[in-house]
Amino acid sequence: MKIQQLSIFLENKPGHLEAACKTMADAGINLMTLNLADTCEFGILRVIVKDPEGAKSILEKNGFTVKLTDMLAASVADKPGGLLSVLSALSKADVNVDYMYAFAYRKGDAAVMMIRADHPDIALNALTAAGVTLLSRKELLEDA
Amino acid sequence: MPSQTPETPCEFNPVSTPDYLQEDQLRALQLQRLRTIIAHAYENVEHFRNRCKENNLTPDSLKTARDLAKFPFTVKTDLRDTYPFGLFATSMKDIVRVHASSGTTGKPIVVAYTQDDINVWANAMMRSFAACGLHRGDIIQNAYGYGLFTGGLGAHYGAEALGATVIPVSGGNTDRQIMLMKDFGTNAICCTPSYFLHMIERADEMGLSIKDLPIRAGVFGAEPWTDSMRKHIEELGNIKAYDIYGLSEIVGPGVGMECVHQDGLHIFEDLFYPEIIDPESGEPLPDGEEGELVLTTLCKFAMPMIRYRTRDITSIMPDRCACGRTIRRIRRIGRRSDDMFIIRGVNVFPSQIETGLLNVENTLPHYQIVLTRTKGLDNIEVQVEVTAETFSDRISEMEALRKRIETAIEKIINIRVAVRLVEPNTIPRSEGKAKRLIDNRKEE
Repeated sequence: MKIQQLSIFLENKPGHLEAACKTMADAGINLMTLNLADTCEFGILRVIVKDPEGAKSILEKNGFTVKLTDMLAASVADKPGGLLSVLSALSKADVNVDYMYAFAYRKGDAAVMMIRADHPDIALNALTAAGVTLLSRKELLEDA
Repeated sequence: MPSQTPETPCEFNPVSTPDYLQEDQLRALQLQRLRTIIAHAYENVEHFRNRCKENNLTPDSLKTARDLAKFPFTVKTDLRDTYPFGLFATSMKDIVRVHASSGTTGKPIVVAYTQDDINVWANAMMRSFAACGLHRGDIIQNAYGYGLFTGGLGAHYGAEALGATVIPVSGGNTDRQIMLMKDFGTNAICCTPSYFLHMIERADEMGLSIKDLPIRAGVFGAEPWTDSMRKHIEELGNIKAYDIYGLSEIVGPGVGMECVHQDGLHIFEDLFYPEIIDPESGEPLPDGEEGELVLTTLCKFAMPMIRYRTRDITSIMPDRCACGRTIRRIRRIGRRSDDMFIIRGVNVFPSQIETGLLNVENTLPHYQIVLTRTKGLDNIEVQVEVTAETFSDRISEMEALRKRIETAIEKIINIRVAVRLVEPNTIPRSEGKAKRLIDNRKEE
């Protein structure tokens, strides 16, 4: 139930984000969702794509430093407080959320949160036990 | 019919015979050659003759080798000022080749060789290869640049003289280098240490491990490198990494070379006369004391160099090497007197930064030092490339890495530094010499 995210190291300078995106565009890779973390000197571009391994090798060939990370895709009711059940399940299990962001597409009536936990396996068990729906790769990406 | 199989390697290679001259014979030979070369330079190089006259010196002023200290130094600007042919000491008819520096700062410097000079150089390079255990039958991949740079052709002629098989691949095209290394079963490589590291990385990306190839030795030079970098290369490549020393002004590579003991570089003293001086006062220093290396060519006639100031800081090692060679050794050159930079009143050498970096795992030595000045305050920034091993998707871990590197460097140089993490391959890879230091401080 874990989803692989591709992270790309970028310097925080004009044109660097564009270069990474162009490399992926030229290879016909569609970015399903992206999230950009930045400091004043560097940034980390995190993307969800259909073929993370393939994208990784294309980016590496083009000289980028990249990494694959396990993420959880939690289905969240699209209403006030919808995220709370997810967060409380994680805090009860003493799992820290390193970062999270919303997936770009809704799945039926629900939104999807991409979660990077410090302990992905514990997080997975805690969320499953709390009745949170976690989307598989196929469910998340195939009909998006 | 000559044997087709490689000769068995043995401790002593006959081509190294001059390395074992008895000391009194070596000193006598040096004095005789010093006299000849000084007389030759005096007679044929106006620049040198004028300098001698200013100091009331003639070739006869050299009675013993000690008297050499009376003669004026030659410095790099002398070569620039007399560009292109001003220091040549023979007629063009006798000069068979010229080489030139890359000329990154203004006009290049030009050096020249007679056929005899070329032979002397090949002899020094041949003895360099022999010193690190290479011999006839070995395949030597020469990845020094062929052309105006002395590295390529210097190593080439030396390897041929040794009877080794040379792959004259020259620098660049890393993928082809790795393919040849694998397909030809290369036994030794000649290039800069940082370029070999680049090859190891590239081979990794290609799914190959240099560790598993037959290559057993690297003859690395043309840039200063540390013992920690040597250890790193030897582990990653499963080879022995040998340090070779040379400079175009003197001949090119092959002025000095490590033997298998890897404990200092033997100077081919019958061909190049070494002195160590105090870089401030110019006074000669005794063996064992650290100072600037000064070299005089003993057998080079197209362009003799008398007391050339190399700017390289080292010392002559006073004791005899375990290998039995009588020619003396210099310590590995970690720094140059002109590489040093002064920041907030503290002397810093790029090698110290490198040592700091190598204390943090997986920060491969692809780095650059940038000095800037804002409002009269000097700042030092060290740019370090992020590798697949050091990269994390978490900002906090990246910041922690940056902090770890800063601390490791600050511990060594005792000055605050700012580390900037940069993308891979943004720092120029050296196929010639690595440019480690960029000084953007403007005089105020």
